[in-house]
Amino acid sequence: MQGLHDVLQPAGPAAAHIATLWWLTLAICAAVFIAILVAFLIALVRAPRADAATPPDLAPLGSAEPRTRLVVSIAVACSIVGLLLLLAGSIAADRALARMPEDDALHIQVTGHQWWWDVIYDDPQPSRRFQTANEIHIPVGRPVLLSLQSGDVIHSFWVPNLAGKKDLIPGHILTLRLQADKAGTYRGQCAEFCGLQHAFMGFEVIAESPQAFAAWSDAQREPAHAPSDPGTTRGHDLFLTGTCMMCHAIAGTPAGARAGPDLTHVASRKWLAAGAVPNDPEHLAAWIRDPGQFKPGAQMPPHAVPKDELDALVAYLETLR
Amino acid sequence: MRALLVLIGLAVALGGCDREERKLAKLPSAAPSPATGERRGDLQPGQKGSGLEQTTSSRSFDGKNAFELAQGKRLFRWYNCSGCHSMGGGGMGPALMDNRWIYGHEPDDIYRTIMEGRPNGMPSFRGRIPDAQVWQIVGYIRSISGLAPKAAAPGRNDGLAVTRPENERERATPRNAPGSG
Repeated sequence: MQGLHDVLQPAGPAAAHIATLWWLTLAICAAVFIAILVAFLIALVRAPRADAATPPDLAPLGSAEPRTRLVVSIAVACSIVGLLLLLAGSIAADRALARMPEDDALHIQVTGHQWWWDVIYDDPQPSRRFQTANEIHIPVGRPVLLSLQSGDVIHSFWVPNLAGKKDLIPGHILTLRLQADKAGTYRGQCAEFCGLQHAFMGFEVIAESPQAFAAWSDAQREPAHAPSDPGTTRGHDLFLTGTCMMCHAIAGTPAGARAGPDLTHVASRKWLAAGAVPNDPEHLAAWIRDPGQFKPGAQMPPHAVPKDELDALVAYLETLR
Repeated sequence: MRALLVLIGLAVALGGCDREERKLAKLPSAAPSPATGERRGDLQPGQKGSGLEQTTSSRSFDGKNAFELAQGKRLFRWYNCSGCHSMGGGGMGPALMDNRWIYGHEPDDIYRTIMEGRPNGMPSFRGRIPDAQVWQIVGYIRSISGLAPKAAAPGRNDGLAVTRPENERERATPRNAPGSG
């Protein structure tokens, strides 16, 4: 999965506050490191040269180190100032994150599953809610309020370019505020070990102009249309009479199970299987046949379906744009 | 000397430990063999049809494997077994946590019940659930009434816990209904 994935290139205010704190921490730590190195070099220069023939100096200290009190006081003062600066920076960043604006925020519910992300766009008008998976579109310049939940074990939601990490704890709903100021595609990743395929539990956040976002969300609200030609009709029937509909949902059909990702607009997404597999007909067919070849341990079972049935099924799923 | 003996004893004892094998789902290599058994009920979830997958008669039941039982528990919820049987206490369907088995408590009996359906409401899940997953569910169903080893039965719920965990249940001596298979 390509895409920008960089804490040091913040694309929104939340990530910017965290990046500022990171640079402050780096500057202070670098200063301390340099000070220690300089002290070490001074000690080296002051020490008398010795070689293998020099007898070890076991004599008691002749006179006390000069200006001990002054040197120790300066070191303690520097440490206190450095630590206070870090403390102040941390408090300032936390306050800024806690005071991010929420007016007119876009509400999104994200549920982590082993090993994919369920995404519900909330709306005060229930008919305007819609569900998707592993791809989050947000409008540029508008605050986004994420409600994070877990369906099984602890996961962690992390889009380095947009915000800090937030754990998804089973039985709790936690919120994360973020905002994108620059359009672009930002990669996200589960950041808490959650089982075999933790590393392949990625997603993408696509920040786009408010117009593009409105067009995308209107398209997502559309239910799937009934297929028209015989090939895709066969795939549609296979989907509804086989194992697929036991776990997946397609709005506009009787399939409404929630154990796997919502497939109403699966062909419009860039990736399959939470960023593990590119979304094209060949990979989709290979994924349905044996998900374990891409993600060993994935919850989706392998399906030994005949070639013609697989082709019909893939042809139908490709119409779900 | 005594410490050395203890150490040797410990090493020998630990050598007997075995890590449980986690069998990941694999594509069946052989062509699906014809399904066995006859369908008892007419009900099937969703629309009727042949289904994507033929039932293979590969018996992959392992009631001692904790991973298999935990997967069975997950699938029990996913496939909405709990819709009728609740968390084992029963509702529209019979309870699974008592000792009374209308159609038998052996793994093969439970497998047939799921695959072929039973009269008066149990749908047939043939073609709906892959074979290996059915065996996982069979293992979990046995653990609900304590028929699975305590060391392997699930100890926690993903959701709100409404009953004692399966690994704390007392073994209920199975009592089959007369004249049933």
